[in-house]
Amino acid sequence: MSKERFSKLLPWISTPLILIVFFLLWDLFVRVNDMSELVLPRPGTVFTALGEVVSNPETWAHARVTAMETIGGFAIALVCGIAVGAVLGKVRWIERSLRPLIVASQVVPKVALIPLFVIWFGFGMTSKVIMSAMLAFFPIMLNVQLGVRSVESGQRDVMKALNASRWQTFKHLELKSTMPYVFAGMEVGIVFAIIGTIVGEYLGGSEGLGYLVVRTLNELDAPALFAVIILLSVLGLLLYFLVNGLKRFFIPWHESVYSQHDVNG
Amino acid sequence: MSAHHTDTLAPATQGEDDRTTEVPKLELIGVGKEFRTKRTTTQALSGITLSISDGEFVAVIGRSGCGKTTLLRTLAGLLSPSEGRILVEGKPLWSGSTVDSSVVSQLGVVFQEANLFPWYSVADNIALPLKLRGDDKRYRHERACELAELVGLQGFEKSYPRELSGGMRQRVAIARALSTHPKLLLMDEPFGALDALTRERMNLELQRIALAARATVVFVTHDITEAVFLGDRVVQLSPRPGRISEIRPITFARPRDMDVQTEPRFGAIVRELRHALDGEG
Repeated sequence: MSKERFSKLLPWISTPLILIVFFLLWDLFVRVNDMSELVLPRPGTVFTALGEVVSNPETWAHARVTAMETIGGFAIALVCGIAVGAVLGKVRWIERSLRPLIVASQVVPKVALIPLFVIWFGFGMTSKVIMSAMLAFFPIMLNVQLGVRSVESGQRDVMKALNASRWQTFKHLELKSTMPYVFAGMEVGIVFAIIGTIVGEYLGGSEGLGYLVVRTLNELDAPALFAVIILLSVLGLLLYFLVNGLKRFFIPWHESVYSQHDVNG
Repeated sequence: MSAHHTDTLAPATQGEDDRTTEVPKLELIGVGKEFRTKRTTTQALSGITLSISDGEFVAVIGRSGCGKTTLLRTLAGLLSPSEGRILVEGKPLWSGSTVDSSVVSQLGVVFQEANLFPWYSVADNIALPLKLRGDDKRYRHERACELAELVGLQGFEKSYPRELSGGMRQRVAIARALSTHPKLLLMDEPFGALDALTRERMNLELQRIALAARATVVFVTHDITEAVFLGDRVVQLSPRPGRISEIRPITFARPRDMDVQTEPRFGAIVRELRHALDGEG
């Protein structure tokens, strides 16, 4: 096998191996310490519970709610983040006058606001969508702001020397060179959006995988609790890969895509 | 001052119609540039007067900080001169601090960095000026292939800039600058970032390309050998304020090859120019 092919295949071999070792150690740990399955269930029990949870149609209804809340919040964050980031990146005096407020609002633990949202928007989806939008907004906005500013001056000179109009400069240069930053913000943003949704579901309401976590906890059903956490992780992975796929499609020319490509195939 | 300028130039502009063939490709008349900050005023260029005829290759040399790049940027329409006039085929490039876009569109500029757009293929990079101008797709493709061949990059049309070496990227930048058939090619130390061997090869290539495209070139460099090898004339700038201290015609027959550099006459010219530059301190 050539070196190149080996390095391409490596993650496909290493990941399952590491997982298997992890589960074996976990199982060993529980048995050696003779732990109660109420505290830490054995992996086998968790997988059985996962099978039960997955075959229950109610679970899928909850998963759909969580996915919709996350995507909805993320979409709002994306639109607002790009718009605000572009304005702040472009217009220096607005950025200057708003900077203290932005820094302050970043430092505020936004999760602490959820009870307020529940009072204002009820126990339904709205409060979760807003929470997930708020968390995802900042990384996207900050990245876009950075991206708008980091257009290379040499490339600007080229456009100027070519008599390019403002629209042409935007279309062929500014938009394209900001795209990698937008996607970098999106990759962080989607993870934040999921966190926002789940924490929102923890604290109020009767729908979503986050609610399911709380309910299984109250029922002291640890294996099911673990199973739901696994489901949440899978949902997060899917959404992350969706954003990553979009990035590969839209900016195949960018270093972060083709270098990743070289390594992972 | 400016009124005086207009007066002295008025007859010359009138006379231009009857002898269009003699209008120089590029004419600089008393061009100066001042940079002002809160505390200091720096005179970067002063009284640059120079006339370049069709098909001529003019190399501009000088120590770093002597205003070479400033000069080139004023010629490229990127930096407005504080005084004087710049005429491209008799048409003023600047009126005050606004640039005449119809004149700029006749220029091709190559910078020290290739400044390619990584999101476009080689062909799309080369044809970008044509796209901005609104030429149709077929012509753009044709011209891109033609130019790729001219700069020795046939077969790389579909590649992306990241797949090219530094020298190849600079060739793409040259092809891009040539795509609109510019009347004047302006180059600001285009090979400054390349290694010595690649640089020599690029100099040969540039000579070939300039001859083939019958281009008029203003080539800024800090390398005296490069200037003497490429130039029909070498213009020497001296610093603070940047002004022309010497104009040296170079008469070796074209096309020149690398062997010309071993001729005693070549060495003598390089030595004299170097002494002149050293003498400035």
